[in-house]
Amino acid sequence: MIAEPAVTTSTPPAWRHRHLLDVADLGLDELETVMRTTDAMATVLARPIPKVPTLRGVSVTSIFYEASTRTRVSFEVAAKNLSADIVNIAASSSSVAKGESLVDTVRTIEALGADVLVIRHARSGAPYLAASIFGGHVVNAGDGWHAHPTQALLDLYTLRERLPGADLHGRKIVILGDILHSRVARSNLWTLTATGADLWLCGPATLLRGFEALARALPGDRRLTVTTDLRAALRDADAVMTLRLQQERMAAGLLPSLREYAARYQLTAERLRAARPEALVLHPGPMNEGVEIAPDVATSGRSVITEQVANGVAVRMALLYLLAGGRPAESADAPA
Amino acid sequence: MTARQIMTADEVRRALVRISHEIVEKHGGTAGLALVGIQRRGVPLARRIAAAIDEHEGVRPPVGALDITFYRDDLSLVAVQPVVKGTDLPFDLNDLTVVIVDDVLYTGRTVRAAMDALMDFGRPVAIRLAVLVDRGHRELPIRADHVGKNVPTSREETIKVHVAETDGGEDGVDIDRLEREGAGA
Repeated sequence: MIAEPAVTTSTPPAWRHRHLLDVADLGLDELETVMRTTDAMATVLARPIPKVPTLRGVSVTSIFYEASTRTRVSFEVAAKNLSADIVNIAASSSSVAKGESLVDTVRTIEALGADVLVIRHARSGAPYLAASIFGGHVVNAGDGWHAHPTQALLDLYTLRERLPGADLHGRKIVILGDILHSRVARSNLWTLTATGADLWLCGPATLLRGFEALARALPGDRRLTVTTDLRAALRDADAVMTLRLQQERMAAGLLPSLREYAARYQLTAERLRAARPEALVLHPGPMNEGVEIAPDVATSGRSVITEQVANGVAVRMALLYLLAGGRPAESADAPA
Repeated sequence: MTARQIMTADEVRRALVRISHEIVEKHGGTAGLALVGIQRRGVPLARRIAAAIDEHEGVRPPVGALDITFYRDDLSLVAVQPVVKGTDLPFDLNDLTVVIVDDVLYTGRTVRAAMDALMDFGRPVAIRLAVLVDRGHRELPIRADHVGKNVPTSREETIKVHVAETDGGEDGVDIDRLEREGAGA
């Protein structure tokens, strides 16, 4: 039997943005719109031929100033599934290597006819600069330590899909590892506390700097605990997200050694026993197995790491559709 | 308000029963027959036609739901993106005769999108079209095989179909003279 049509509201879906720069800009209603649109995209992905003509004629350009496999490929697959045209630029093999500025590169991409610009950059805020000059839609695919909106949205989608009742209210979710350098942690912090989760950040004190002050400054209805005590963090947790140690961003002296970090903070099957028996294990990738996560945990039945990757395509399809699928609506983003 | 009722609940019921007979007659039975409703109101209408076929033939053809949002040709013209309501086709379309069911047939663009969507799921033997109301003003060479009521309209009028399952209250069809976007475009 087919599902009853959802109780219909004739109100249009909530989406007020021309660009996706940070999840902190999104209201709860907009998060809900993204989740529902992602559901629809997931049904497209389940088809024998996962392709619809929705964004035919829309031109997407991605430029990555940092290395990436899954995010770049995920955007490419998402765009192709919606019949958009996509061009990928690797900064290392473009005119950027000859000293072209970000502003000039963005102007060039616009002149070449791009409607959507997907950008990853090592500098926090670079997508905002791009958005201030680009005439189409800018999607932040990760900027420095600041934000990784599509990762946070796919993590939210994966958690809702796998936690009973699709509800994060009161669920204890732990983000473990290199919080300091992590845009994934910063973006997840907004979406997970906004949807009612009991969020714990855990890692060595040097990699948690500044987050205690942030926890105190959050509004009272958001639950955030910052701790160096791994055992307390994992106790009765519903989900644990481990993060890679970002050695390329790391100043010397934050950690005595990788081996010491692994000894004290690696997510092992033994340590995971403190969590709920059905607790989920997430990792935004790329993983360094044997450092932040034990190989057997990463591939265990509790791990939803490959689901995160698959959901990433659906979430990015949803966002490309919401941004570029209609005439630019009245935008909440400051016009250029 | 200048709304005027053009079909009562009883008239809607009789029209659907007649369509159910026509479908079976044209198809020559119920074997290899499936109904697909277009979201939203086409879905409950398709279910009711299937129930009526069950009543007089003793066989209930499978019913699916089709969301055509991803196939619209006017996505770039609408101000905000339409809510995607989901597609559910719980059968293999290949070798079936599929009857598309919708509430109002107007420009024909929705039906064009629905046919494109169906083709992505397989190769039906035939696709037919059943609508509760045909209001004219076609922009594409599309016609309905089964029509509940033909209603000559002007473009300034709107046709509003009420279906209990999606709208609450009683079934019925109203015509309105207010200048706003027509239903079932």
